[in-house]
Amino acid sequence: MLTPLESEALLLSLRVGLVSVVFSLPLGLAIAWLLARREFPGKILLNGLVHLPLVLPPVVVGFTLLVLFGRNGAAGAWLYQVFGITFAFDWKGAALASAVMAFPLMVRAMRLSLENVDRRLEAAARTLGANPLKVLATITLPLMSPGILTGAILAFARSVGEFGATITFVSNIPGETQTLPLALYALTQVPGGDHAAWRLTAISVLLAMAALIASELVARRLDRRIRGAG
Amino acid sequence: MIELDIEKRLGEFHLAARLAAPASGITALFGRSGAGKTSIINALAGLLKPDRGRIAVGGETLFDSERGIDLPPERRHLGYIFQEHRLFPHYSVRGNLLYGGKGNAPISFDAVVALLGIEGLLDRRVADLSGGEKQRVAIGRALLASPRLLLMDEPLAALDAARKDEILPFITRLRDELRLPIIYVSHAMEEVVQLADTLALVDDGRIAAIGPVEELTSRIDLRPLTGRFEAGSVLRTVLRGQDTTYGLSELAFPGGRLRVPHLDLPLGTVLRLRIHARDVVLANAPVSGLSIRNAFAGKVVEISPDRGPLVDLRIDVGTPSEPVMLWARITQRALHELKLKPGSPVHALVKTVALNRSSPGRREAETEAS
Repeated sequence: MLTPLESEALLLSLRVGLVSVVFSLPLGLAIAWLLARREFPGKILLNGLVHLPLVLPPVVVGFTLLVLFGRNGAAGAWLYQVFGITFAFDWKGAALASAVMAFPLMVRAMRLSLENVDRRLEAAARTLGANPLKVLATITLPLMSPGILTGAILAFARSVGEFGATITFVSNIPGETQTLPLALYALTQVPGGDHAAWRLTAISVLLAMAALIASELVARRLDRRIRGAG
Repeated sequence: MIELDIEKRLGEFHLAARLAAPASGITALFGRSGAGKTSIINALAGLLKPDRGRIAVGGETLFDSERGIDLPPERRHLGYIFQEHRLFPHYSVRGNLLYGGKGNAPISFDAVVALLGIEGLLDRRVADLSGGEKQRVAIGRALLASPRLLLMDEPLAALDAARKDEILPFITRLRDELRLPIIYVSHAMEEVVQLADTLALVDDGRIAAIGPVEELTSRIDLRPLTGRFEAGSVLRTVLRGQDTTYGLSELAFPGGRLRVPHLDLPLGTVLRLRIHARDVVLANAPVSGLSIRNAFAGKVVEISPDRGPLVDLRIDVGTPSEPVMLWARITQRALHELKLKPGSPVHALVKTVALNRSSPGRREAETEAS
């Protein structure tokens, strides 16, 4: 089965992906809501900022994170002093880098599903005595659940596969920041690592494929349920 | 009372509606599409915020721009039946019905379900319902949120004729059995005649006139709003007799009796009839040898000042104490040759066939002893 190096990299990747999705989900929802439902000055700017990681070289994102969240960075120093949290050369840093890189995918999926929620249903709920919070919990979120799920799974798959920003920000430390792609990269740098590299490639492909299929199946099921058909 | 005096600019459209409607019975907002009917009830419901003005229902202020009052929709306690049912697709029928209920509705879940005849639908999904069933569930859902007033925005417009006939009786039952006041938006005069007690004519963002249905529909000056081709008078009649030999029913009004094809209703039922002006023929003497059986002696009250080939006349066929107005549409040439003037005696002939089964408005609750 898996070698210790492989299982270590796989488990770390899963952990990084999960943590990055769980923590970016609420922010992703909030931003998706702002972009889909609100008009405000600077909306185009926010939209651009959210999508930036999609078009920037990952190394730019990694370097920016290093400058901001390194021990001596503005945000990094503050977080360390107040909460004792370190991102630099730590798996949490890998999760942060993955979250930033996956954020556009997550927000896009959520925004799209929110735009498809029929606002007339929300108005109807208001006339039935539901306050905005109840409308959000009982109408809006359930109706956009396929988009939330798709967004989360896509972001997870993207996080697991993140390479450039991660290696720039938190380096390639086995057992700490060496996720699947980083381990694969390390293997390609040593002679005779081809066979092991192939195995990691297969694992990566399987994982990504599984995530995409799961996303599709879950979204379809939820979609059927909220449409009330079938 | 339902009081509303609001202004709202919506692009090119300017809404400036002032309305004081009784908080009982059915008040119809009637007007062509785009006249502002839906905007008015959206403002009532709190879904559209007026630029300025005041809205009050039963003495409670819901909106007052001067005093800075603007209750959110959920605190207005007004039920809203939309043109498209707007049921929640991710809830079952039961889930939809219970959505707004807090268990303190004056009418119980079981009573609502029985009233609307939706016992068999409770565990179904919304997508599996027919159009008429969806609209009945939507009515039930609004009722269970304990509204003090129901707003209905053309609830029948999206349904075919058979489905309309399925829903109409339920709406009358809401008024008669639950005593729930209803504001009913429509652009179909037949529905208005069948349902409404009070008629408010909406035109270009204003309330052009408000009053009892019979009164407004017989006013010649309001014809452009009540509909010219559809023009006709509304008569309040009582079912007084059944002629089993010929399969006819006799409907009495002050001054005469109309014979219509058999109506399977108890004697004493009050019915509101609509008689189109184009279905009334005039003669200046009693006529014989015609197939028309409904003839009434009366006199001309008013002649429309139209210039075209056709002219409308208002004919009083009632008694001196209780006038009953019929409209007749004849040609200018006939008017000239019959020498009709206000006050002229005249005989109005109503084609029996004009009174088909769907035109009588049923008002079973007002059944009188015969």
